[in-house]
Amino acid sequence: MIDKLQEIKLMTEKRIAQVSDYDSLNEIKVKILGRKGEITGLLRGLKDLLGEERAEAGKVANDIKNTLENMIDAKTAELAAMELELKLKNEKIDVSLPGLPLAGGGKHPISRVTDEIKAIFIGLGFSVAEGPEIETDYYNFEALNVPRDHPARDMQDTFYITEEILLRTHTSPVQVRTMERLAPQIPVKIIIPGKVYRKDDDATHSPMFNQVEGLLIDEKITFANLKGTLMLFAQKVFGERVKVRYRPSFFPFTEPSAEMDISCVHCQGEGCRVCSHTGWLEILGAGMVNPRVLQYGGYDPEKVTGFAFGMGIERIAMLKYGINDLRLFFDNDKRFLKQF
Amino acid sequence: MGVSINWLKDYVDFNWTPEEVAHRLTMAGIAIEGVEKDNEDSILELDLTPNRGDCLGIINLAREIAALNGTNIRIPEIDINESSEKIQNHIAVQIVDPDLCPRYTARLVMNVKIKPSPDWMQTRLLSSGIRPINNVVDITNYVMLESNQPLHAFDYDLLSDAKRIIVRRAEAGEKLITLDDVERVLDPEMLLITDNGRPVALAGIMGGQNTEISEQTVNVLLESACFKGTNIRKTARKLALRSDSSMRFEKGADINGVIYAVNRAAALIHELGEGQIVADIADCYPEPLPLSQIILRPERVNHLLGISLGVDQIRDYIQKLKFDWQEVDGNLIVTVPSYRPDIEIEVDLIEEVARLHGYENIPAVLPYGDTTHGGLTKYQMFKDQIKEIMSGSFYEIINYSFVSPRYFDMLQLAAESKLHDVIRVANPLSEEQSVMRTLMLPGLLDTVSRNLARKNSSLAFFEMGSVFYPREEALPLEVLKLGAVVAGKLENNWLKQEIEMDFYYLKGIVENLLFKLGMVDLSWAAAEEPGYHPGRSAVIKCKGKTLGVIGEIHPLVRQNFDIKPRACAVELDMETLFELTQQRVMMEQITRYPAVERDLAIIVEEGTKAAQALEVIRKQGGDLLQNIVIFDIYAGEQVPLGCKSMAFKMTFQSDTRTLTEAEVNLSMDEIRNGLSTQIGAAFR
Repeated sequence: MIDKLQEIKLMTEKRIAQVSDYDSLNEIKVKILGRKGEITGLLRGLKDLLGEERAEAGKVANDIKNTLENMIDAKTAELAAMELELKLKNEKIDVSLPGLPLAGGGKHPISRVTDEIKAIFIGLGFSVAEGPEIETDYYNFEALNVPRDHPARDMQDTFYITEEILLRTHTSPVQVRTMERLAPQIPVKIIIPGKVYRKDDDATHSPMFNQVEGLLIDEKITFANLKGTLMLFAQKVFGERVKVRYRPSFFPFTEPSAEMDISCVHCQGEGCRVCSHTGWLEILGAGMVNPRVLQYGGYDPEKVTGFAFGMGIERIAMLKYGINDLRLFFDNDKRFLKQF
Repeated sequence: MGVSINWLKDYVDFNWTPEEVAHRLTMAGIAIEGVEKDNEDSILELDLTPNRGDCLGIINLAREIAALNGTNIRIPEIDINESSEKIQNHIAVQIVDPDLCPRYTARLVMNVKIKPSPDWMQTRLLSSGIRPINNVVDITNYVMLESNQPLHAFDYDLLSDAKRIIVRRAEAGEKLITLDDVERVLDPEMLLITDNGRPVALAGIMGGQNTEISEQTVNVLLESACFKGTNIRKTARKLALRSDSSMRFEKGADINGVIYAVNRAAALIHELGEGQIVADIADCYPEPLPLSQIILRPERVNHLLGISLGVDQIRDYIQKLKFDWQEVDGNLIVTVPSYRPDIEIEVDLIEEVARLHGYENIPAVLPYGDTTHGGLTKYQMFKDQIKEIMSGSFYEIINYSFVSPRYFDMLQLAAESKLHDVIRVANPLSEEQSVMRTLMLPGLLDTVSRNLARKNSSLAFFEMGSVFYPREEALPLEVLKLGAVVAGKLENNWLKQEIEMDFYYLKGIVENLLFKLGMVDLSWAAAEEPGYHPGRSAVIKCKGKTLGVIGEIHPLVRQNFDIKPRACAVELDMETLFELTQQRVMMEQITRYPAVERDLAIIVEEGTKAAQALEVIRKQGGDLLQNIVIFDIYAGEQVPLGCKSMAFKMTFQSDTRTLTEAEVNLSMDEIRNGLSTQIGAAFR
């Protein structure tokens, strides 16, 4: 009997190993281990055996039964794993296909540059000041030391609403408004972003554009401080290695006045078409606040000094992003806007 | 203006190449735009700032070079051979309006031979862009270019017999034909040179045709005067007549330079036109002006510039400029020459010191002082936050604040609409940019239209900007708006999940925005707003205040803007948004007890609004009703004609206990009752 059992075991082991589907495996299970199965059948004959032989045969039969059951379980798990593997294989997708398109969006490059400039100066303890886009002649010109019929008025072609009311030509009126509000408190430490308007429309001028300007008034503000502040600004916006230079210039609201150039961002100062082969790019105007402007703002120029600077945001954005046409900013073409 | 290097070398010595001259002048504040080679010469192209009009005179430009290289200038010496005749016997000069003409001088040169000026003079005039005419006119121009003093030459014999020059304001309507052959009609703000009552020149701007120098001219009366810049500027603008002369007077003339210039011109006429110079100058200078003296404090120089120069160094710079000075109590009292009218106060002298010292020699030092917190106000942060949220689903755009008035018709604005009340630009570049916008819609629709024309699809844009309304106060009301527009479908895709960016798409984004801003109690009431589809637009309100308008664009308006696909837009008022936004967030405990969900489908009349049903459900559902979602709207088969079915999923939950079936059923009964009695709902 034991021989018979061993024979069944060997046979069955072989068959289990060859099986590749559940049905065949089940068939084997029923045929060998089932109620009417071969082993069960053999075990029925146990009662005909005696004593030790019976005990030994019973033990062998049980061992074989357990072994075979384990083998079938293992084979079942193996088949399940194979089946899952196959299923997953069949569920394979093309991961290179694009995802569900959501609505795209983004900030205008002008906003991005404005944010960046704001962040730099807020880091230095500046506040942000704002003011109306339609201004009085007084705040836009007179209080900034540009009297009527002064040649300096030619520097900024103006859109008028009436003789007294105009579209501001720069953000500087907010300087005076802020000074009036704060005088005689110090420090006045503000930057002023905003839209400005000039009667000009060609490849390099837009009738509306954006400016940021800064103003710092305190007891001991010097031209050296202006240079220090603008150097930091230039490095943050254009990189640590940027070089700057200052040329004396004229603005009615500052004295001394300067224009700041940075080393060309395209050729690093070697000279190229962008910088007209000078190696330098003009980016902003600045200077020490004219004592008359301090007086208009309600401050005593003997007690406080200040610096101011202003720049066109479009200019900075053009240099930063390599934008070659000013008109793109207000054309609002999605193909342009998408890139920022 | 162009300046010849060779001409410049008549007055000052320098070894710099033309490029070096250009660079050094530029770095000293006299901007040179370019250098052009011209045979043996080079021409500097000047780009002067308005304060340095003096450098329109080559001698003054030479002074700058001399200050930079520490040399002296050479001013041409004048050798005048006067005849025995006295000018007083030939001409009388009187200034009636000294406020506009503080000084008027004249010289008479007789028996002049009018002919072309010599080649060297013609070449120099051309290098500065002035066309040679004849020796007398050329000399007046030459001396002007040299000294910056505009001169005028009259044909003496064409003056009336009285020979009386009177400088006075014009009478209203008085006329003068100027040298350019245009009859000018004058007003009493304009200054005239008259001869015995007859206008003969528009002061400081252009001479009159009636006394023009011609080939027949024999005797020449030279005028060298000083006119008030602001008045010259005003007149030149009014008459749209700018000349080399007016340009110089506008920027400030040298009241003491008139004598040198008139003498120099007379001497040249003698030399090049064989004229005889009549003795003396007719010089009318009613109130001679003293030279201005300014105290320059070294301590102030250092305080403003952030450097530490000694008084001797500062004095050296003043010396280089050839300004007279005296040292008193450690300060310098500087006498400003009259050719530098831009120097009015101490800080102007400080700039002179700074630019000669070199801006590059001033250190760069960050400011120090008490710490300031700086930063943004709550409103500024709010604006940035909104831009941030919006740019998640829209591209930000910037449109001009001025628009074309025809937009109002394109938007089909009712004639009585207040939005027609616009601020007009008095001098627009074009009609297209002539009025300040009163709503955001034109820019939004224009942007959509332009993008469609360029075959860009799937359009979603937002803009934050001001609109402008007239009001009683001097300055108009500026209101900050947030506008957004969508048109088309979300990008075509292989998933076949085409989402049209329609009213509900836009509304979803706006709801999400308002939710993020913590706004509750919103109402969306159907409205008929200009520009929008009358059945598909709404006014958005919160706590009784209007936040803005949302809607699909009216098909005719779309047609006007050449927009084919459906488009929807929203315009919100930023200040109202800010006012109603809930900035303070308090966390609510998350309940540990399970939620019970119930679905309910009702049949109501077609016209019943979702908001009506929701209001009833909310009211009847009581505190335990936490959330309602509308998950189906259906009309058609199985629903009676003129009716629709709405299906709601309701969530009940308590934060103190597990709800029983019985209490949820009770709430559901209440809801059913309410729906049936209040909006006539039937149940499926």
